[in-house]
Amino acid sequence: MDPKLKKTKDSSSNSANSPDSTHSSFPFPDEVLERVLSLLHSHKDRSSVSLVCKDWYNAERWTRTKLFIGNCYSVSPEIVARRFPRIKSVTLKGKPRFSDFNLVPQYWGADVHSWLVMFAKVYPFLEELRLKRMTLSDESLKFLATSFPGFKALSLLSCDGFSTDGLKAIATHCKNLTELDIQENGIDDFGGGWLSSFSENCSSLEVLNFASLSSDVSFDALEKLVRRCKSLRILKVNKSISLDQLQQLLVHAPQLIELGTGSFQQELTPWQYEDLETAFSNCKNLQALSGLWEATSLHLPVLYAACASLTFLNLSYAALQSGELAKLVAHSPNLRRLWVLDTVGDKGLEAVGSSCPLLEELRVFPADPYELDLHHGVTEAGFLAVSHGCRKLHYVLYFCRQMTNAAVATIVLNCPDFTHFRLCIMNPGEPDYLTNEPMDEAFGAVVKTCTNLRRLAVSGLLTDLTFKYIGKYAKNLETLSVAFAGSSDRGMQCVLQGCPKLRKLEIRDSPFGNAALLSGVEKYETMRSLWMSACNVTMSACRLLAKDMPRLNVEVMRDEGSDDRQADKVYVYRSVAGPRRDAPPFVLSL
Amino acid sequence: MENSSSSSIVSTESEKNSVLNLKETELRLGLPGSDFLGKKAGTGISLFGKDLKNEGNNGFRQIPLKNLVSGAKRVFSDAIDGSGKWGFSMKGGSEVDLGNGGSENTNALQSCLAGPSGKEIGNPNPAKPVEEKKNENNSTAPASKAQVVGWPPIRSFRKNTLATNLSKNNVVEEKSGLGCLYVKVSMDGAPYLRKIDLKTYCSYAELSSALEKMFSCFTIGQYASHGLPGQEHLSENCLKDLLHGSEYVLTYEDKDGDWMLVGDVPWEMFTDSCKRLRIMKGSDATGLAPRAMQKCKSQS
Repeated sequence: MDPKLKKTKDSSSNSANSPDSTHSSFPFPDEVLERVLSLLHSHKDRSSVSLVCKDWYNAERWTRTKLFIGNCYSVSPEIVARRFPRIKSVTLKGKPRFSDFNLVPQYWGADVHSWLVMFAKVYPFLEELRLKRMTLSDESLKFLATSFPGFKALSLLSCDGFSTDGLKAIATHCKNLTELDIQENGIDDFGGGWLSSFSENCSSLEVLNFASLSSDVSFDALEKLVRRCKSLRILKVNKSISLDQLQQLLVHAPQLIELGTGSFQQELTPWQYEDLETAFSNCKNLQALSGLWEATSLHLPVLYAACASLTFLNLSYAALQSGELAKLVAHSPNLRRLWVLDTVGDKGLEAVGSSCPLLEELRVFPADPYELDLHHGVTEAGFLAVSHGCRKLHYVLYFCRQMTNAAVATIVLNCPDFTHFRLCIMNPGEPDYLTNEPMDEAFGAVVKTCTNLRRLAVSGLLTDLTFKYIGKYAKNLETLSVAFAGSSDRGMQCVLQGCPKLRKLEIRDSPFGNAALLSGVEKYETMRSLWMSACNVTMSACRLLAKDMPRLNVEVMRDEGSDDRQADKVYVYRSVAGPRRDAPPFVLSL
Repeated sequence: MENSSSSSIVSTESEKNSVLNLKETELRLGLPGSDFLGKKAGTGISLFGKDLKNEGNNGFRQIPLKNLVSGAKRVFSDAIDGSGKWGFSMKGGSEVDLGNGGSENTNALQSCLAGPSGKEIGNPNPAKPVEEKKNENNSTAPASKAQVVGWPPIRSFRKNTLATNLSKNNVVEEKSGLGCLYVKVSMDGAPYLRKIDLKTYCSYAELSSALEKMFSCFTIGQYASHGLPGQEHLSENCLKDLLHGSEYVLTYEDKDGDWMLVGDVPWEMFTDSCKRLRIMKGSDATGLAPRAMQKCKSQS
C-alpha cells in the first residue's frame, strides 16, 4: 500500500485532537474532499460521514445542500443554521403520525414559520421546501413566496393551517416555480383562483399536483399553463376537470410521466370518446396514473392503450368492481405498484395475481371503513391470491375484516421479501375467524420469514406472544405500529429490548404501562420517537423518564375529564434543542 | 297460524349471514322487530298500521294479541326508534331481549310510544344506516358501539372523499337507468298526485315519513268524516293516526305491472322495481294485506 496514504490515515485519526495540523498532513485539499462528499446524497450516508473525524464533519457540513429533519422538534432552526451554511433543499416533518387519524389536537404545533424566518436569513437561495404534517399559515406561504427569489419546489403533504390564498401567493411570486405539490392537506379552499395567479411568463413547471383541492379552477388558465410548460412531467388535476377537458390537456402534454385525472364520469359523444382514447394512447411515457374519480366500466377502456407502460396505478378513489379491475390490470402487465379500494373484492385481487407478475406494492383501502358486514371488502383469500401470483411483493397495506393465521403464513412463504407489512383487520381485537385463536402466529410467521422487514403494523387479537416474536426475529424493524394489542408490559418490553434498529414506535389502546415505558429508557435516544396513547402509563413514570433522560423530550397530553395521574397521550422523542418553547397549554413538557 | 317467534329465531338472525339475499326474502314468522339484528337498516316499513317489515319477515308479522287489545297500535314509532333503526328498541339500546316473551314486548312498545314518535326518522346521509347497521350487527356488544376515534386508521381526506364519492356513485348509477327515480304517488281520494324521488330515501321508514308529510293535508277531511272517537281537534299527526288505524295501505306497481304491497322486499330491490306508488284505501286493499283488513274491520 502507498505509504503516503498510510500516513494520511494515521494523521487523519489524530485530526480530532489537532484541527490545524490536519491541513498540512492531509494530501488532499479540503476542496477535493468536499468535491467527493458532494456526490453523497443520502442523508444517512452523510450522517455517517460526519462522524468520521472533524475534517470530514466540516467537509460534510459545507457540502450538504439537502436537509432532512424527520422530527422538527429534535433540533432548532438556530442549531441547523450554525451547522449547515449552504442549504438549498429542506424536508421537514412535524406531527406524530397518529395526527393523521385525529389523535393529536389542533394547534399542537409544528409550525414552520420560525424555520422560514431562519431560512430567509441564512439560506436566501433556498430552492425546495417539502413539509409533512406541519402547520403553516397563509402568511408563512406569502413570506416563503417573497423571501426566496430562486424558490422552485413546494411540496405539502398532510399539512394544515393554510388556504388557497397562500397558494395564490406562491403562484404569483415564485417566478421560477418547477414544482407545486399539494397533497391531502387540511386546508381552507376558497376557490380555484390561485391557479390563475400563475404569471403568463411562467413556463418552468415540471410538477403540478392539486388533486386534493375541491373547488373549480379556471380551465382556460390551466390549459394555457400546461401548454407553455413544456417540461411538465407530473400533472394531477382535481375533480373539477372533466373528461373532455382532460383530453384537451393531454393533447398539449403527451410527454407526461405521471397523470392524475379529474372526474372520470361524463356523458361523451362518440367523437369525444375516440379523441380521449387517442389522447391516452399518445402518452407513450406514462408510468403512473391516479385520480379516476367515479370511474366506471363505461370509460375505463380509454385507458387501456396507456396501461401497457404503467408501473403505478392508483385506483384508491375509484370504486371499481372486480370485473372492471380485472380488465384494467389485464392491460397492465408492467405494474409495480397498485392501490385499490376493497370494492374490487377477492375476485378483483385474483385478477391482479394473475395479470401482474411484477407487482411489488399493493395497497387495499376500505371503501366503507365503518361497515361491519362481512360480505363487503376483501378477505384473506384476496391477499392469498395476490401472493401466489406476485412473488416480488414487498410492500403491502391491507384493510380487511377477516384473516387467518394460516393464510398469513402461506402469504409470507410465497413472498418472503416483505419490507413493509401493514395489515389492518378492521374490527379491533378480531381473532382468526376460523380457529378463533389470536393472530400471534400470523405475525410470528411474518417476522420469522421476512428478514428484511423494516415496517410492521399489527392488528387483530394479539397477546404478548406477538411481541415476543417481534423482539426475537425482527432484527431490521424500524417502524412498528400497534393498536388494541398485547396482554401485559412484557410485550412492549420484548420489542424495546429485541429490535436493534427500531426508530419509530407508535402504540394506541394497548395494556402497556409504566414498567414497559421505563424499560426503554436507554433505547429512546436511539429512536426518533415513541407514541403511546390510551395505554396504562401514569404521570409519575413519565416524570421519571424525563428526569433520567435530559436529552429526551417527554410530552404528555391529557384527555378531558381523565384522572390527574393518567398520562393519556405520551410522546417521547430525542432532541438536542431541549423542551419545546412553543408548546400549547394542553401539551405538558415534563 | 299466528305464533310468536321464539328466541331461537332471534339467535339465528344475529349470525352474520353470508347468503344474504335469500335470507332477506325468506318467509318467516316472527315477532315484530325480531329480525332486525344483523341486517341493513330500513328494509321494513311500518307505515299505515301494517306490520313492519323487518328483513326476512314477510307479511304475516305477529303482534301479540295483548298489544292489540291494550290499544297499543302498531304506530310508526314502534318499528322505528328515534335513530331510525328497524325493529323494537329498548330505550337507548339497539338490542332487544326477545327471549323473555310478551311482557317485554309490551314494555318495549310502550316505551317506544312514549318515545320520539314524531321524531325525524333516518336521514339521507348514507353514513347513518351504516352506523346503525354496525350497532345492529353485534347482538352481544354493548348497546351503542361508538366509533373509535381514529380507527380504522384512514386519513381524513380519504375518509371524506370516499363518503362523498360513494353517495355520488349511487346517484350516478341510478341515473344511468338502473331502476326508477321519480315515481308518481297517488292517494285514493286526493285530487292530485305527487311525485317523489325514491333515491333520496334509503329506507322504508324515510319513505313513510315523507309520504305522511306529503299527504297529511288530504286526510284531514276524511279523518273528520270518519269521526274516530277521542280526537277533538285536527293535528298534524292525524294522518299518522289515521294510517295507523290502517285505513290506508301503501302499494306499488312493479316492473311487471303488478300491484304489490310495499315492504315485502329489501329496500334496494323495492327501488329497483317500483314504478309508481299508490296509497290505497284499506277497503280496496283486499288480497294485499289480510291482517290490515282485519284490523280495519275490528276497529270500525
